[in-house]
Amino acid sequence: MYDVAIIGAGVAGGLLARTLAAYDIKICILEKESDVAMGSTRANSGIAHAGYDAEEGSLKAKLNVRGSRLMEQVTKELGVPYRRTGSLVIGFGDEDRETIEKLCARGLRNGVRGLQVIDGEEARRLEPGLSDSVTCALYAPTAGIVCPYELAIAAVGNAMDNGAELMLDFEVNHIEKKEGHYEIFSDACGENCCENLQKPRKVCARYVVNAAGIYADEIARLAGDDSIQIHPRRGEYLLLDRECGNLVSRTIFRTPSKKGKGILITPTVDGNLLLGPTSVDGEDKEDKATTEEGLAQIMARAQENVKNLPLRKVITSFTGLRSAGNTGDFIITSPKEGFINVAGIESPGLTAAPAIAEYVAEMLAGQGLALKRKEDYQPFRKPVYAFRNASVEEKNEMIRRDKAYGRVVCRCETVTEGEIVAAIRQNPPARDLDGIKRRTRAQMGRCQGGFCMPYLAEILAREWGVPYEEITKSGEGSEISVCRTKG
Amino acid sequence: MTDLVIIGGGPAGMSAAVAAYESGIRDILILERDAQLGGILQQCIHNGFGLHRFGEELTGPEYAWKYEKQVRELGIPVKLNTMVLSVTPDRVITATNEEEGIFAIEARAIILAMGCRERPRGALNIAGTRPAGIYSAGTAQKLVNRKGYLPGKSVVILGSGDIGLIMARRMTLEGAEVKAVCELMPYSGGLARNIEQCLNDFGIPLKLSHTVVEIHGRKRLEGVTIAKVDENRRPIEETKEYIPCDTLLLSVGLIPENELTLQAGIGMDVVTGGAVVDQDRQTSREGIFTCGNVLHVHDLVDFVSEEAAVAGKSAAEYIRGESGQECDIPIGADGKIRYTVPQRITKRKDITLFFRVADIYRNVKINVVGDGRVIHSVRKPKAAPGEMESLLLKAPLFEGVSKLSLQLEELG
Repeated sequence: MYDVAIIGAGVAGGLLARTLAAYDIKICILEKESDVAMGSTRANSGIAHAGYDAEEGSLKAKLNVRGSRLMEQVTKELGVPYRRTGSLVIGFGDEDRETIEKLCARGLRNGVRGLQVIDGEEARRLEPGLSDSVTCALYAPTAGIVCPYELAIAAVGNAMDNGAELMLDFEVNHIEKKEGHYEIFSDACGENCCENLQKPRKVCARYVVNAAGIYADEIARLAGDDSIQIHPRRGEYLLLDRECGNLVSRTIFRTPSKKGKGILITPTVDGNLLLGPTSVDGEDKEDKATTEEGLAQIMARAQENVKNLPLRKVITSFTGLRSAGNTGDFIITSPKEGFINVAGIESPGLTAAPAIAEYVAEMLAGQGLALKRKEDYQPFRKPVYAFRNASVEEKNEMIRRDKAYGRVVCRCETVTEGEIVAAIRQNPPARDLDGIKRRTRAQMGRCQGGFCMPYLAEILAREWGVPYEEITKSGEGSEISVCRTKG
Repeated sequence: MTDLVIIGGGPAGMSAAVAAYESGIRDILILERDAQLGGILQQCIHNGFGLHRFGEELTGPEYAWKYEKQVRELGIPVKLNTMVLSVTPDRVITATNEEEGIFAIEARAIILAMGCRERPRGALNIAGTRPAGIYSAGTAQKLVNRKGYLPGKSVVILGSGDIGLIMARRMTLEGAEVKAVCELMPYSGGLARNIEQCLNDFGIPLKLSHTVVEIHGRKRLEGVTIAKVDENRRPIEETKEYIPCDTLLLSVGLIPENELTLQAGIGMDVVTGGAVVDQDRQTSREGIFTCGNVLHVHDLVDFVSEEAAVAGKSAAEYIRGESGQECDIPIGADGKIRYTVPQRITKRKDITLFFRVADIYRNVKINVVGDGRVIHSVRKPKAAPGEMESLLLKAPLFEGVSKLSLQLEELG
């Protein structure tokens, strides 16, 4: 019997697990995918918003501002790169200026610090790459950038290091309320199912938190709550080579209008430049395809905001699905004793996630969960040694301790075999090529894995003790080869 | 201080090392990131290498061995599994390997011979999903030829570069069905002999002016939508066609791998993606030379070796203090000629100019123009972007000239 079962290993579920893992309780995280951070967390803008967007008094506003303040500490403890870069909302003309003034006033009421409306010239002084037509901007010095999937991976990893259990390939199909606890069932057989034949799988927990992202409405329905509707809002992105990462040094938003929030341009913590997202409401919760129109739209719009965008330097494009709820606000509710929804976590969900974790922990405590601090709780995640960021002395020390750090596997991003092996052995372990990519950046550079992929597959096969043919890009069904060429 | 450090132990690096040795330099070091010498040749197990250089048809590994043997016999030191992390303008190299950790080497001269990489899918902005089963042709070649695994059984290839053509044949020989090779341009960028031997001999259709517009499949590739393109290379809606396949191979261009070159602050040519060099293959940084596919992408390894020998010999002269600048004549290209290598002349000696044309041409004259006057002409019955051209420019021809340009004249 677990004290808490968290459904969904995205950034919200992950940070909640990590917060709860500080206490003397038994936690499990149930994830339907074969890795963590595979839903909305996998592909979004990676912005830690300042907090002027959300309506005053909303949960979004409250948790955004709180989350923004917690982010530095949380990322430091988890060893996740985070940079407080600041952001600019740029405007073209009087109508935009009016909106910007309103945003500024709202932000100040929400408790955002340092907000300032500046003119076009001042904006271009901060960001020389901005279009000459920019007439005004809202400068938010507290905005920042963070990698969403790295944050979720580190949070789940740290929770696991502190005793939480992660069950992958656990798609929740059925929830039963019992006396004082819930029974959660999965029809999927999961890892090593053929040997264990544990089908269906069952987990019992006294409290259940539904952090299932775009599927949060379906999970809520399984628990008898029909009030939530989540639809996937598609957002396409283009990622540019690191060569272009300096084009802007802050996140550049367009003034929101009736047409929406527009295309943003932001440096990423890894030094690339990210353009996007489009915003198209969809039906299909698995449709992560990019479209010709979407990619063309990003290119056209982004060019209005920044001069000389080197669109030839695109290294990849992708689509993220935002979990748009039916209330306009985060839906953090408890429809039943012991069952809590963390739904509709769309923007600024990433920023708010550390604050959501606090908030939900308090709700659980309010429903009787005893939160007694663990004596051996370790808030710091075992640091992930990024070879490329280390000093010469540190690099030599890494190689001296483990020779594998002297073997550079991914040339483009300078990732060593040591880091790859660490990503496979550390919580939550990388099981496939995409898992390695998200944890180490190997295959994420300009050659996109052209050189290192066959070698990474070899390391995966060796570390997991499985045949090369079973190595996948991203879970079962995505094998990279079909058979041996010769007997 | 090491006399000559060569970064890259592929065909260019080995040939440069041998040439430098033969020119009297003994203190040479080759740094190679792979576990063996030979670079990409090691996975090119088909034949066709060495016809120009050795007058015989060799496989890639055989061609590489010809040079590796010399490197070994001459006792030229090689550090394998060694990745160079940086090169400074004053020729300090920082590298790493498992035995020595991070180490620095000061060099009197450096030859950059890092080769090139393939353009990935992401750079093409093809719409659709991101399933398994999409590889650059060279990655698939490595899986098949070096690792012994077949990436898939029904294949579409986008791009008709030479590696794509070679892989069309290779996948067919391994039992896969290659359904089509799509080429965006109205002509192939690959060698004519490869189209004949790798596609036509196996009945594989080459669809010119076609591209892949959408990728389908969530976990593993399930199919692609292809379409014919108009003269502006935009897909024509009515020609869209779905082809079921589990593998898409990309052969859509090679990019010289010049990260270190850029770090060293070396002047670059935006067309080749490589450094601007003189006839000795010396870059804008004194004592730093470059050759092979990192300088500009070649069609044949034979020419890589040849060019690298020039760089090796020149580096030796530089180390001995024998090289001095005698002139500085920039060489331009008119657009129909995309680029030339070298891009400048600094010595009054006979020079071979290598160049590529921008389109398919028949019956043309290549004019060498010096200060506005045609000083030399060569007629060509045809010229294509896929085949590198060259011409010899005798020293007396550019005596006293301040600026040269290569121009293509269509004779109709």
